[in-house]
Amino acid sequence: MNAERLQALYELLEQVTGYIYPNEIEIHWSILIVVYPYVTGLVAGAFILASLVKVFKVKEVEPTYRLSLLTALAFLLVAPLPLLLHLGQPLRSYEIFLTPNLTSAMAMFGFVYAWYLMAVLLLELWFEYRRDLVVLAGKTDSRMRWIYRTLSLFSTDISEAALAFDRKAIRAITIVGIPSAFLLHGYVGFIFGSVKANPWWSSVLMPIVFLMSAIVSGIALVVFLYMVLTAVRNQPIDMRCLDTIVSYLFYAVIVDFSLEALDFIHRLYQSEESVKILGSLITNKLFMSLLVLQILLGMFIPLGILVVARAWKFNEDMRKLLYFTSAILIQVGIFSTRWNVVIGGQLFSKSLRGLMGYKMEIMGIEGLLAALVLLALPFLILAIMIRVLPTERLGDQVTRGA
Amino acid sequence: MNKREFLKGLILFFPAGGLATILTKRVGAGETGGKEKGPEAPGGKEAKTRPNGAYDPERHYYGMGIEIDKCIGCSRCVEACKAENNVPPEPFFFRTWVERYVITRNREVTVEGINVKSKTARETTQDDREVLRSFFVPKLCNQCANPPCVQVCPVGATFSTKDGVILVDAKRCIGCRYCIQACPYAARYLHPETKTADKCTFCYHRVVKGLLPACVEVCPTQARIFGDLRSKASRLVRFHRMNKVHVLKPSLNTDPKVYYAQLDGEVR
Repeated sequence: MNAERLQALYELLEQVTGYIYPNEIEIHWSILIVVYPYVTGLVAGAFILASLVKVFKVKEVEPTYRLSLLTALAFLLVAPLPLLLHLGQPLRSYEIFLTPNLTSAMAMFGFVYAWYLMAVLLLELWFEYRRDLVVLAGKTDSRMRWIYRTLSLFSTDISEAALAFDRKAIRAITIVGIPSAFLLHGYVGFIFGSVKANPWWSSVLMPIVFLMSAIVSGIALVVFLYMVLTAVRNQPIDMRCLDTIVSYLFYAVIVDFSLEALDFIHRLYQSEESVKILGSLITNKLFMSLLVLQILLGMFIPLGILVVARAWKFNEDMRKLLYFTSAILIQVGIFSTRWNVVIGGQLFSKSLRGLMGYKMEIMGIEGLLAALVLLALPFLILAIMIRVLPTERLGDQVTRGA
Repeated sequence: MNKREFLKGLILFFPAGGLATILTKRVGAGETGGKEKGPEAPGGKEAKTRPNGAYDPERHYYGMGIEIDKCIGCSRCVEACKAENNVPPEPFFFRTWVERYVITRNREVTVEGINVKSKTARETTQDDREVLRSFFVPKLCNQCANPPCVQVCPVGATFSTKDGVILVDAKRCIGCRYCIQACPYAARYLHPETKTADKCTFCYHRVVKGLLPACVEVCPTQARIFGDLRSKASRLVRFHRMNKVHVLKPSLNTDPKVYYAQLDGEVR
């Protein structure tokens, strides 16, 4: 064992208050495991926003449809990385596929992930982009042409019948995709909610709270990306689209808030054995991240902003500013939510008699820097994908030309 | 006795004799049945092995009894365990440990870990006159019959053996640490060298050879009692007969096989 890590553990020993079991000093699920549910939440949320267009026929949201799908893909590609980096024996990770333990929620990850990536996202994207890829392959130079042809899997048929089939397929995939997105993030919540040893995690509401906060964060992320993208491209923002998305965001935040409040009130009212230590956890260890960042900054203030934006008739620029601010605050809030669940659940002893500390590494493989790189990576992937794949459907005149 | 009666008797005598031999063997096996093959368990080798001499896990079901009033908090069990099982010496990694509970007159409970060579181990932190009661509680993996750690392991690296011990296959464990999170007793840690989960095995390597677990072997007061629940004559069964026993965190339905006598309600 390296001396640095030991030194860190000795330092943590001094932060312990009350009694903790001796094996509990080490915080086993670090910042990377905070990043993981945050990232998968964004995937599920972005996909659900996209499905509004195809399944529920919310035409106003159409301009962000492709952006949402690409966002979901970019984040999904990064999602397994924090898990992989975190493993003690990453080279054995394939065993999850080879010898899965069927009673383990975590073992299902491989299957849920593969299903979601292959059967839902990539397939839907392929059907959505097929026509454009064929068109683009026909009118660009040789190098890009090959990329487009490969991406379209060498299909060339853009007859009306083929396109009608595409549309049908997309609708079918989206209908399957919504429960899949729920499954993807619901099961992440279940991984925590099913741990009966940990009273902070063990809650039947956990998967639903995860899901709602995922929808909140995913929608807020697409709002953010859409606004940034239009600004970069110097295009006008479709305000009807933005207003509609934000109204969905508003309702999602309210549902999310109600669920979390219900969870909180339920715990407080039931006042089980663990209530004292959890109270002390909140006031001593999570005051900043739970009360200030998650609830005040990440929920009350953006909710207030959205109420104000809906109640008063502001002009477009003011609305944009308000929406943009609340989208960013919501991201901070949801990241804190993940932090409070993952790290918070490991800061009190299962003896219910003491609290321990967590000192984040900066440089190490499970440190802050690695987490920041993992959080930046999906944006990089998205930037590259947007360069290759147009976020708006190619105009009809192009179709006629080709 | 005429010839006919003699022959009749013979017909009954031999099969009955054979049956009696088989039955005595059965009972013998059941009674000594591979519980602690300490010095007081003679003839155990024969009884606990298969005909070909191999250890038969299906004939045993191990558990441990702990008499709290006998524990003097000397930590020899902790030291022996660390030495026997290559547990890192640092005070963050334990397969077994001892807690000291001090309950004062105003019902304040202080719990401390009595670690190897710790300074606090031999210091009295309370004013004696204020102490209402005080005792030591040895802790270890409870070898649950309904183990949450086995349930959550994504790759099946941790498993229950037929003789009732929870083991970790260090060659398969991927180091995800879900089992560490799922254990209500914090009996697991990540071994800093192998980067895999590690825990008490009841000294499985010793037990299958008919030896006692290291912690039981060294305990000077016999506060720890190891035995076979499947055997009628095991010391553990006697422990169950002589004491009112309890387990840790029964509400979690983990069904532990480490039983405590004189367990105080303050112990979690």
